[in-house]
Amino acid sequence: MSDAAISEPNSTLVDDWSADKQAYHVPWGKAMMWIFLVSDTFIFTSFLTGYLHVRLSTTEPWPLQSEIFALSFGGDPIPLILIAIMTFILITSSGTMALAVNFGYRRDKQKTFWFMAATAAFGASFVGMQVFEWSKLILEEGVRPWGNPFGASQFGSVFFMITGFHGLHVTAGVIYLLTVAFKVKKGHYDKKGYEIVEIAGLYWHFVDLVWVFIFAFFYLL
Amino acid sequence: MSAEAGQQHPLGIYYKIWTLLFVLSSFSYAVDYFNVQGGMRWGLVLLFMALKAGFIVAIFMHVVWERMALVLTILGPPIVLLVLIGLMTVEGFYTSQARYQYMGHDPNAVALTPNDLHGGEHGEGAEHAEEEAH
Repeated sequence: MSDAAISEPNSTLVDDWSADKQAYHVPWGKAMMWIFLVSDTFIFTSFLTGYLHVRLSTTEPWPLQSEIFALSFGGDPIPLILIAIMTFILITSSGTMALAVNFGYRRDKQKTFWFMAATAAFGASFVGMQVFEWSKLILEEGVRPWGNPFGASQFGSVFFMITGFHGLHVTAGVIYLLTVAFKVKKGHYDKKGYEIVEIAGLYWHFVDLVWVFIFAFFYLL
Repeated sequence: MSAEAGQQHPLGIYYKIWTLLFVLSSFSYAVDYFNVQGGMRWGLVLLFMALKAGFIVAIFMHVVWERMALVLTILGPPIVLLVLIGLMTVEGFYTSQARYQYMGHDPNAVALTPNDLHGGEHGEGAEHAEEEAH
């Protein structure tokens, strides 16, 4: 990438987009990952907007998330504690991923591998807690996509669709991260360069980003 | 920073942002734990959400260090989603108001909690839930 536009300090947005050659001075894989993430943003926002609309338009009372997602460790139930733990796990995994990207560019294969493996392990434990949460809601509380004993029946459909789609992303991310991590360990990217770790990182941070919005809109508000 | 070097930054900034994300998440959870309600709840939850999202996108996803051509491609298109959100908000309020006004739905209905359904081993909790719904 010894393009004139990139070495020239005064090159601007107009130069990038009118060069008739290459608009984005990043590896193609990274540009494609960003395009995918922008389209995924549209999918998740559509889901959340659908949730906004049914929540506003239903006249049935909306179930109290704080009570439903409370968990008791022997004593009185602590409101929303499981969701809080899941949030902290995902943030921890985002941090380890950021470190993995950094060590990748330093070409420290061992550290990159271990930080990616740790990220995948946190992701897997997140999915595990989600399985626990789903089975508790389905088996103990009787929540279904078409109804629940607490209030507005849309609660179930919104819950299963949004958290399910997010959980699917986390699961795919764990597989993706492990694949890249093992390839890093084998020295697969020694010649190609370590951009792939950053690209995988973008996906993982995006999954964390989506959770920030789900946590706020679905669980807290 | 040249393209060959990729996105490489001192580790310190990642540790700082990481800590900040933990603190902001704790604040979000505290809003629920201390049962803050009404406009204050909305304001605080949305503020902490926006800050967290901003730091993740800007620092962890490196957008703040990218060239403007890519930044606009990432952040530009999602702006149209605000139109969808705005339209659905108006429509949602209209639908519920029509249901209350013309179809006789009860605006004071209260949601049940797990305590109400499972015999209320924690009687206090059930009372507290009812307050919350109003």
